[in-house]
Amino acid sequence: MFVYCDNAATTPLCKQALEAMMPWLETGYGNASSIYKLAREAKRALEDARRTAADCLGVAAEELYFTSGGTESDNWALKGACELGGDARRHIVISAVEHHAVVNTAEYLQKKGYSLSEAPVNASGTVKPDALRSVLRPGTAIVSVISANNEIGTVQPIAELARTVKEFDKEILFHTDAVQAAGHIPLDVTPDVDMFSLSAHKFGGPKGFGALYIKSGVKLPPLLHGGGHERGRRSSTENVAGAAGLAAALEYMTGNREAFAEKAAALRDKLIGGILAAVPYCRVTGHRERRLPGTASFIFAAVEGESLVLQLDTMGVAGSSGSACASASLDPSHVLLAIGLPHEVAHGSLRLTVSHANTDKEMDHVIQSVKTAVERCRSMSPLWNAAESCPVEGFLRFYE
Amino acid sequence: MYSERVMDHFNNPRNMGEVENYNAKGTVGNAKCGDIMQITMKIEDETIQDVKFKTFGCGAAVATSSIATEMVMGKPVEEALRLTNSAVVEALEGLPPVKIHCSVLAEEAIKAAIEDYRSRAPG
Repeated sequence: MFVYCDNAATTPLCKQALEAMMPWLETGYGNASSIYKLAREAKRALEDARRTAADCLGVAAEELYFTSGGTESDNWALKGACELGGDARRHIVISAVEHHAVVNTAEYLQKKGYSLSEAPVNASGTVKPDALRSVLRPGTAIVSVISANNEIGTVQPIAELARTVKEFDKEILFHTDAVQAAGHIPLDVTPDVDMFSLSAHKFGGPKGFGALYIKSGVKLPPLLHGGGHERGRRSSTENVAGAAGLAAALEYMTGNREAFAEKAAALRDKLIGGILAAVPYCRVTGHRERRLPGTASFIFAAVEGESLVLQLDTMGVAGSSGSACASASLDPSHVLLAIGLPHEVAHGSLRLTVSHANTDKEMDHVIQSVKTAVERCRSMSPLWNAAESCPVEGFLRFYE
Repeated sequence: MYSERVMDHFNNPRNMGEVENYNAKGTVGNAKCGDIMQITMKIEDETIQDVKFKTFGCGAAVATSSIATEMVMGKPVEEALRLTNSAVVEALEGLPPVKIHCSVLAEEAIKAAIEDYRSRAPG
């Protein structure tokens, strides 16, 4: 049995997206910017896709710009906002639980001379409006807060946070990385939100394709210069198949959102309940209610996350971890540290992200596999049952 | 990202556990960094008669400690002290650059165990 539980990393391409893409990969290969019939058909498909996607998102088609994915959209939003801010606005605010596409872009800008502040989160990984307000400044150019976190699944009160920013200074741009949220939960697209990023492959669309919403009136300068595509704001020959795939997947997910979310949440809750009951010294990370429907995230005492993921792989379960070993540094995930986990505890993280396509029977297999994998790791661990300097102790202390 | 050999040692760890009545024990690394290796040995006549490991850490940490026990099993202490991290990496058919520190820990764990034995030995 193989059970895919890493839908936050990527999702399989849905049938609807594949079918929508095929014509533009086969016979409809025209360059959408040329003038003959073959090209005009491609252009029409591109604009149809933009309209469909915009309708699903509750925005105007002219406000949606196609990009190569979430990372490009995040880069564009932050770098563009800083350029737009000029000399008067040289301050960036991000939350403590952003994706690396935002964190590393903000740190790059910091090296270029911008100042950077981080809005802290509480133990559930939630940014509170007061915490955000406390780091705003008169010279803030942009605030970027992730809609739903990719590691622990906590959903942020985006409408409230965006309002907080605009009440402080309506000229500050508010951006949200909605890569994990789009297609899965309704987005808080209030007039206070200036930009949001999304990525097609997180909701059944193709990899290498995404979009940035830029609210009408926000004069975000281009990131890519060239032939003037996307109304002069994002040059690059249009990826018509990508756009058709994104739109079809988003339409499919949006049309079935409640049913899919309900199914995913039921499987997630079964997984959480089953693992907590089967494995001692285990806790759930992230907000218990305000979380993505498919995200179950855990920490296990005296276990290292990468080993756990490799053990699960041998049992046919694909999951992931925010342990140090998932990165080039020796530090575990900044998200797990931000919610207050000590280093030694944060190393033992496991993220299982399910979708509506998973089954109840699969969850039984996953629960049993996690139990066995944790037991194997612990049987090897010099920390398990060791009284001295033991993370089990630290682990218990943390949750007392 | 891992070689077949690393995965083999991860999936079928050699000499895992704790030697009964060990007279040498070395523990290196720390939980904060996510790697702890513990090596126990039974040394007689300056020869490693038995060696076992316990590791809290990633796949590479488990594989390097597993293969290190194989490389020193039955060897004279003097020879085991000459074990280098690069020999461990080579025996595993390579490690990703970010995992090289695991091989260093394996070398250090073997040496720490032997040092412990020497500090116990009379005279």
